[in-house]
Amino acid sequence: MEEFFQQLTNGLAVGGIYALIALGYTMVYGVLKLINFAHGDLFTIGSYLGLTLLTSLSLADRLGPAAGVLVLAVMVMGLVAVVGALLERVAYRPLRQSPRLSAVVSALGASIFFSNALMLIYGARFQVYPQGILPKVAVNIFGLDVPLVRILILAASVLMMLALYFFIQKTRIGTAIRAAAIDQDAARLMGIDVDRVILFVFLIGPALGGVAGLMVGLHYGQINFTMGWIYGLKAFTAAILGGIGNIPGAMVGGILLGVVEALGAAYLSMAWKDAIAFGVLIFILIVRPTGLLGERVAEKV
Amino acid sequence: MMEKRTFIYLILGAILALCPLVLNPYWTDVLNNIGLYAVLGLSLNLIVGHAGLFNLGHAAFYAVGAYTAAILNTRFHIPVLTLLPLCALTAGLFALVVAKPIIHLTGDYLCIVTIGVGEIVRIALINNVFGLTGGANGIFGISRPNLLGFVIRKPHEFFYLIWFFVAVTAFFFHRLENSRFGRALNYLREDETAAEGSGIDTAHYKLMSFVIGAAWAGMVGNIFAAKMTIISPESFSFWESVLMFTLIILGGSGSIPGVLLGAFLVIGLPEIFRGFTNARMMLFGAAMIAMMIFRSGGILPARPRRYSLPQARQGQGGGA
Repeated sequence: MEEFFQQLTNGLAVGGIYALIALGYTMVYGVLKLINFAHGDLFTIGSYLGLTLLTSLSLADRLGPAAGVLVLAVMVMGLVAVVGALLERVAYRPLRQSPRLSAVVSALGASIFFSNALMLIYGARFQVYPQGILPKVAVNIFGLDVPLVRILILAASVLMMLALYFFIQKTRIGTAIRAAAIDQDAARLMGIDVDRVILFVFLIGPALGGVAGLMVGLHYGQINFTMGWIYGLKAFTAAILGGIGNIPGAMVGGILLGVVEALGAAYLSMAWKDAIAFGVLIFILIVRPTGLLGERVAEKV
Repeated sequence: MMEKRTFIYLILGAILALCPLVLNPYWTDVLNNIGLYAVLGLSLNLIVGHAGLFNLGHAAFYAVGAYTAAILNTRFHIPVLTLLPLCALTAGLFALVVAKPIIHLTGDYLCIVTIGVGEIVRIALINNVFGLTGGANGIFGISRPNLLGFVIRKPHEFFYLIWFFVAVTAFFFHRLENSRFGRALNYLREDETAAEGSGIDTAHYKLMSFVIGAAWAGMVGNIFAAKMTIISPESFSFWESVLMFTLIILGGSGSIPGVLLGAFLVIGLPEIFRGFTNARMMLFGAAMIAMMIFRSGGILPARPRRYSLPQARQGQGGGA
């Protein structure tokens, strides 16, 4: 039971990270109908930027752990959002009217570009986050010890997801994003500046992905320039699982995938952990292409 | 016009055939790798270029062929080259089983599923599935190909084997793209609904393009295994699929000369600029983006089909 509970909380924390990344995929897909293959690498950029800022500014020492990490997270979100907006401007906007193959190839190219640029800047080895940024204490829940980091990650990701949900549902620009996702041309006719909507999507998605990268750095302590690809694929799986284009779906899908994967790795086979996620993806696409909460149908003829 | 092109290809072919006589073994081996990727590119080109299906898991079929050859050769000592048809069969069957349930998915969804299949195959190979694949270390001790008593072992001997295979492949796919089958694939790529409306069984044709492309990649796997004598899951990673995909897109998707040129560029150029090995993948990525923006058809794009009308010889029918 102890083992099960530990795996469950671990799965919930990892699931929170997947969900944050998945939101970026699902928002871009909702508006542009494009799988942003470079999104996983934006996540990696977030974790590398977090490392650089953490070591060069020593925020944790100056502001204390809580405020330091918070300031760090805001800085990472801002910087990765800028990278995301630049990516959209350079690699995707010129291809808005082109066939979808072109945009997907461009996205793949951007992914290769980012991951190898990181390798050139930081080197191919694993980079290690400084230890002891967040206190290594355990919180006692129902008589079982759970590491504080896991709880913080889950809480922070749920908080950000809720904020995003209300932003999308309640604000003007959120409404415009929803309108553009349903029908871009109709939205344009209603006076919505679709270019601005797309820019916002490419600011919010990468910001969430970037902060997820920071969380992975703080949680696992080491990062690598290729990790974006596997996290990206898992997060994309999560987005499909919940129903792509659907924001609550990405949250549910992410957390579900994290838990399934953690339990699968613990009770079935550690070596097959990644295969479990891909198996789930293929199974979902065959059996229920709309995802668990999705209304959007995987294109069929 | 047609004669001039054929003439150019013949001259280029003749120059290529003389290359091993002047090049050292290292550069001959580079040409061999280019040849292997050219065949892989041509096989994937049927799926990506002609049928317009995103397959980013082609390395999985290549792996099935290579492991079929390796397992049967090391366990039962069957000569490698005689296993060629069997490698094609296993890779083709694997493609049939895998692609059958997912073939109705289009565009990005198919792309992501093929990536998933590729990864599952690689993970299965690492985990020594059925105790046959030798885990992360792979299989070693695969015998050299033996052609009527002549054992092929040196790079320039492999050169002629591999480039003969390239020539056969180019001829086969050239005939295929001008056949009823090739026209049907182009039709469904351009407009699937219209193709279906004209009586083309789109699901069947898509599936067949997968099976043929995969079977051909399986044969390349066989030759690769024979050339290396050792294979491991690392040789069949996602990046191999990306390389094959990229060389098609850069060279010209749907165009045989384009794919051959793409193989030379994608495999050959990094060898020439060895000093820049670290930056080459980054430049690759940037080139892919630039290519899509400025020349989305590739360097040597596929030429539109031309048909002359029976009565008026100067008439030029366009399109599919």
